[in-house]
Amino acid sequence: MTGRGPGGPVITGPVPGGPVLEVRDLHVQIASRRGLVKAVDGVSLEVPRGEAVGLVGESGSGKSMTLRAILGVLPPEAKVTSGQVLLDGTDLVPLPVSALNRIRGPKLAMIFQEPMSALNPVMRVGLQIAEGPQVHMGYSRSKAAERAVDLMRRVGIPDPERRFRAYPHEFSGGMRQRVMIAIALSCEPEVILCDEPTTALDVTIQDQILRLLARLCRESGVSLLFVTHDLPVVAQLCQSVAVMYGGEIVERGAVEDVFVEPRHPYTLGLLRSAPDVAEIRSSLVPIPGSPPSLISPPPGCRFHPRCGFAEPDCQQQRPPLRLLPGGRATACLHYERCQESLEAEGAAR
Amino acid sequence: MSAAALVTVAPEHAQSRKAHWFRQPALMSGLAIIAIILFMVIAAPLLTSYNPNAQNLNATLQGPSAQHLLGTDQLGRDTWSRLLYGGRADLSIALIAVVFPFVLGTILGSLAGYFGGWADLTIMRLVDIVVAFPFYVLIIALVFVLGPGARSIYIAITVVGWVSYARIIRGEILIAKRQEYILAAQSGGLSNTRIMGRHLLPNVVTQAIIYAMSDIVLDILAIVTLSYLGLGIQPPTPDWGNMIANGQNFLTTHWELTTIPGLAVVITGLGLSLIGDGLADLLRPGQ
Amino acid sequence: MGRMSFVFRRLLLLVPVAVGVTIIVFFMVHLIPGDPARTILGIHATPHAIAILHREWGLNRPLLSQYWLFIDRLLHGDLGQSLIYGQSAAALILGRLPATLWLIIYSAVLAVIISVPLAMLAASRRNGIRDHAVRVVPLLGLGMPAFWVGLLLQLEFALTLHIFPVTGYGTGIGGHLRSMFLPSLTVAIALSPIVIRSLRASMLGVLGADYITTARSKGIPGRRLFVRHVLRNAVIPAVTVLGINIGFLIGGTLIVENVFAIPGIGDLMINSIFQRDFPVVQGVTLVFGVLVVLVNLLTDVAYAALDPRVRFDR
Repeated sequence: MTGRGPGGPVITGPVPGGPVLEVRDLHVQIASRRGLVKAVDGVSLEVPRGEAVGLVGESGSGKSMTLRAILGVLPPEAKVTSGQVLLDGTDLVPLPVSALNRIRGPKLAMIFQEPMSALNPVMRVGLQIAEGPQVHMGYSRSKAAERAVDLMRRVGIPDPERRFRAYPHEFSGGMRQRVMIAIALSCEPEVILCDEPTTALDVTIQDQILRLLARLCRESGVSLLFVTHDLPVVAQLCQSVAVMYGGEIVERGAVEDVFVEPRHPYTLGLLRSAPDVAEIRSSLVPIPGSPPSLISPPPGCRFHPRCGFAEPDCQQQRPPLRLLPGGRATACLHYERCQESLEAEGAAR
Repeated sequence: MSAAALVTVAPEHAQSRKAHWFRQPALMSGLAIIAIILFMVIAAPLLTSYNPNAQNLNATLQGPSAQHLLGTDQLGRDTWSRLLYGGRADLSIALIAVVFPFVLGTILGSLAGYFGGWADLTIMRLVDIVVAFPFYVLIIALVFVLGPGARSIYIAITVVGWVSYARIIRGEILIAKRQEYILAAQSGGLSNTRIMGRHLLPNVVTQAIIYAMSDIVLDILAIVTLSYLGLGIQPPTPDWGNMIANGQNFLTTHWELTTIPGLAVVITGLGLSLIGDGLADLLRPGQ
Repeated sequence: MGRMSFVFRRLLLLVPVAVGVTIIVFFMVHLIPGDPARTILGIHATPHAIAILHREWGLNRPLLSQYWLFIDRLLHGDLGQSLIYGQSAAALILGRLPATLWLIIYSAVLAVIISVPLAMLAASRRNGIRDHAVRVVPLLGLGMPAFWVGLLLQLEFALTLHIFPVTGYGTGIGGHLRSMFLPSLTVAIALSPIVIRSLRASMLGVLGADYITTARSKGIPGRRLFVRHVLRNAVIPAVTVLGINIGFLIGGTLIVENVFAIPGIGDLMINSIFQRDFPVVQGVTLVFGVLVVLVNLLTDVAYAALDPRVRFDR
């Protein structure tokens, strides 16, 4: 079905076999006292149906902003300046808030990093979970309450009938995160956006939550877009991953491919600086330098000031994200150097 | 993640915050207003030739004219002159009056915050007791007991006003004393007085100074109110409060006698509030 | 239940404050060197009058026993005899209390009506035009003497336009509502700058909170979002702000009663000051202190009722 929208033809209705969520060349800018911050500078990615996609990067790389732009919950100073966000073929960017509100919940949901501050402190937990079905699915109060208890059980909250009436401050961090997940699931969305939901939790709880998410993903076929700076988490949960740096995607591909054979020096650097329990490396090697300014980023490739493989042509032009065989993509002009470096490291051991 | 967190600090943004103070519109306009008022009040003899108490029964209740810039009151006294000299009385008392509560409150607040324990408990109980009385009730009662006049005003304002400073300083010290540089000083064996005086107070006193700006406004209001009631600056010495009381009898016919002194208070209050706001923005940059 | 024990603990904390209030009130007259009786009665006091006061108050006895006498009388509801009217100070004060209570409540209601919408307007778009416009209000308002505002309101709406009576309390509920409107408006205007400032700050805090983002991401429509999430959380600091400033409101009634000749305890106090009727002044000061303490207690109770986090120790 095609219809005419203000920006051109707007395709409505799901594209069969296509990705459930597609972001095309998204640009988000923030007006700050010091200048215009290009927080998200031309990001494109896809979330296939039923899959978990990871979005990794350091703090300040723009990954959270990307998620918020998708859902339309950017802070007031930030704005989507161009690009498309296609959910089942419908572009969310030009939609007014009233239309967005009908999508949020039933189609698209989000989980946040800090469950303590993300839950309404004066509202009972059960009511917060039941609110979505009441508003979006027309459930009566009792039916919504039943559904809430059901969801609480599904996410592993013990004694759900009693804990329905509890307040957020009476729960531990891990339990609160489960509540958030229950809220996200309440209207059976197609995609759940996850903004570092495990970062604020202990490692053991982290593991539980990740397993829970993986299970729910499998059981209900919901897709995940999982933002984190923690590589092992992505390795555990996701099928494909996109790496963000300085507001752009620098590498994309299946998790096994990207983590074993990275095709971008930044990815390589991240892997080397991340503690990996499975493989004992000789030493952790942090990436030298600091993140780029998003107001006036370095010319050419944004990573080149910190890159060990940088060549003169890296400063000339911004390298585009190029497709490679095997469903991978990279934004490095000299990506073979990563391979060589890994082989050299292997040989040295 | 807030937008602010995403603006990475690149090396070129090392501009000193102090360089910005003259760019604050609130601060600058406030300072301008107060500077003008202070000038007018201090240079009163230059700006008017009339004695504020000189009566001229041939020229009563006149409107503004060439001889009398703002007219005269029912005893023929020049309003402009009374306004200027009244301002002298009110502002001089207010500016002095703000110092005593500041000092007393800072000392007591520091003791409470730094030493905690009994000192904290007793001082905070004292705070609760003083605060239990409405501001004006206590001031008026004290002035009643002590008799009218400037001295009583100082005492009354000090007894009632130290509380806010004590609270602010105590709060700031509770936070500051956990900072590492304090722990370092303590383990280095510095005496408590030295730590409080040299290290803690200078960092902590900025909040009190910001508050002092709004406190001066409160003090001016208190002085003016007391004088209006007849408990403050006694006639014939002019002050904005008793000028308003004086004009009350002619409210319907010559409302300017009441309005003008009030406006003087409002404008002075505006200037001081602007300075306070500007300072607060400057010393604690917002988002 | 956690909340009850919270309230009970607050009640207990009140006891030392109440005691302190009585001590201050008692000591007021002993602050000055010299004979308290002479201070109270003034320079023209006759030796006879001084002697009577000495006997009645036991001014020759040690301070502590004087204090006990004071407390003992207090607990029996005896605040002394008015030196001017010759009747019980307590009865005088009680008779005048309703007018002041009317003024306090009416003013609080008007202050809320003025401040809450303005604060909401300002907080709805931070640093927008409306925000800056609203922020000018406290700048001007803080510097306005309450009595001056009262006089101007009197001039315009009572003396010139004749909409409201100039002074007085009026009779019957309708009469009270009409007569007390200008005075209450005056107090409300005096209080609003402070309340608007604090309300705006706390509303901005709530609006910027993460749970509001969560609610938005759930697709909760505007009105429900506002009432269930924003307002429900914003009332908590609002109640606290109002409670903190209630002392200011109560104090404001003092001057306003004078300007509008309302027969309340504030007016009584000022008259008694000029007539040097010390027992009445002392009595009114005490009553004011008690009023503030009670209102603070009410605020704490309301806060405990509204915020479920308060059940556990703060």
